Amino acid sequence: MIPRSTYQRMLGLAGKVAVILILGFLILPAAVVTIAAFNDKAILSFPPQAWSWRWFGRALAYQDFRDGFRNGLIVTAWSSTIALAVGAMFAFVIDRYRLPFKKAIEGILVSPLVIPHFTVGLGFLILAAQIGLSRGFAVVVACHVILVLPFVLRSVYVSLKNLDESYELAAASLGATPLRVLLTVTLPLLLPGLVSGWLFAAILSFNEFTASLFVTSQRTQTLPVAMYNYVREFADPSMAALSVMYIVGTAALIAFANAFLGLGKVLNIEQSH
Amino acid sequence: MNQQPFLRPFTAPAALCAFAFVAAMAAVLQYSLRAYVPGSLDPGGFTLANFADLLKPLYARVFLDTVWICALTAAATLVVGYPLAYALVRVENAVAKSALLVIVVTPLFLGEVVRTYSWIIVLGNNGFINSVLRGLGLIDQPVQFMFTTFGVVVALVHVTLPVMVIMLAAGLSHIDRDYLRAAESLGAGPIRVFLTVTLPLSMPGVIAGVTTAFAWTFSAFATPQLIGGGRVNMISNLVYQLGFASFNFPFAATLCVAGLALTIAVLFLLRLAAKPLENIESH
Repeated sequence: MIPRSTYQRMLGLAGKVAVILILGFLILPAAVVTIAAFNDKAILSFPPQAWSWRWFGRALAYQDFRDGFRNGLIVTAWSSTIALAVGAMFAFVIDRYRLPFKKAIEGILVSPLVIPHFTVGLGFLILAAQIGLSRGFAVVVACHVILVLPFVLRSVYVSLKNLDESYELAAASLGATPLRVLLTVTLPLLLPGLVSGWLFAAILSFNEFTASLFVTSQRTQTLPVAMYNYVREFADPSMAALSVMYIVGTAALIAFANAFLGLGKVLNIEQSH
Repeated sequence: MNQQPFLRPFTAPAALCAFAFVAAMAAVLQYSLRAYVPGSLDPGGFTLANFADLLKPLYARVFLDTVWICALTAAATLVVGYPLAYALVRVENAVAKSALLVIVVTPLFLGEVVRTYSWIIVLGNNGFINSVLRGLGLIDQPVQFMFTTFGVVVALVHVTLPVMVIMLAAGLSHIDRDYLRAAESLGAGPIRVFLTVTLPLSMPGVIAGVTTAFAWTFSAFATPQLIGGGRVNMISNLVYQLGFASFNFPFAATLCVAGLALTIAVLFLLRLAAKPLENIESH
């Protein structure tokens, strides 16, 4: 019979090994892509014979990537800002008021979470064609607003739930008008939630691919669409170099969001006390 | 419930967005009932023929494949995700916890294209795994991962893992630790505590995770398209192909409607099957 403490230690060790293996699985693609990006040869081979930065230069100079990046920024800036404004106002109403149709509107706005993006994309493509809209930025932005709204709603809603209403009552009892309470008390208290909601929306919109593939045209294609087209046509490591820049940028943003806003709280996985 | 009636117009933008979305979905529904006119972008008259076409073996096969790939992916993601979620909730060290969180969450925001491309480099015939195996002298011919269901599922598990871990961790973090201490003090070993207390109490998280993984996989396009390479097809690939290669938007819309109905049915069945498990929580 193995003593209990030894047995527990062995279990703990097995658990640690399993977690490390799974983390390895998560990191593997990023690690391999990084090696490929610095590989001097155009043909993928491991381990590389020589190292170079040249694929990074190629990726940065490729016109479709440059256009895609610019288009992506335009779409992301518009859609995440509109979604934040719409979502924050509505989350506030959901939290505070009893209004007719509130539940129905909420249900519709969170439903894109379970509807496949290719269906959403096709829907906006057909709708735009039916009302005679050309495939410009407006359609892409509208589609992205709908896709990121559920996340904005959730983020703002969580911070509204954590908001101490006694501050608002205090301000009101001291004679502040409702509008003044909203602007000088509620909004500042909500700021972290609003910032994280916007950041969340921006990252998702910038990375959105499937629906974008349907609603963008050559002129409005966003970076993920440009990358997809590149992967289909070429096999050189420029794409690996771009992926590395993408991964580093995203990880930095996430680490930033975690340090300043507490990702655990936003994602609702912090220990409840 | 404080009353600030001047804020009522706050619902208007949200209502407008909801209206636009409903209009887009209605457009899909409407197109699914229209006839395809070859060579024309405008659909013909109303018909049910598109739905009858769904029964053709070619399309029925893609539906079955899609459900199979979704089920495989959801199950594999659960098995791989549980230990990670458990570690995420239990790690005491703040730095280790942050690092874990960033590693788990970052892939979620990388987008399907970058992740799929990375997996092509890992799984390809001249890719990482085959190069390593060849370097070690274990194989002469490359192992075929690309264009196989296995390759597609591996990449899809990587795509759904972050979301699964987040949902499982949310479920696990809300378990009252006193239950675990009580079981331990009554003499239960760690495995028994896990099987009889932790696992049943984490069931809501498991169900949420599995349903989301299923729905996400169903929505995947780039992964089956690029790694499946036309030999592993999911509904999303068929929809795109019909729309942009043959401009048969009515049938693409029909596939979307049928796909949506299928997802809802599967998710409903999953919920139903999980009902008895959910009651455990109420004690």
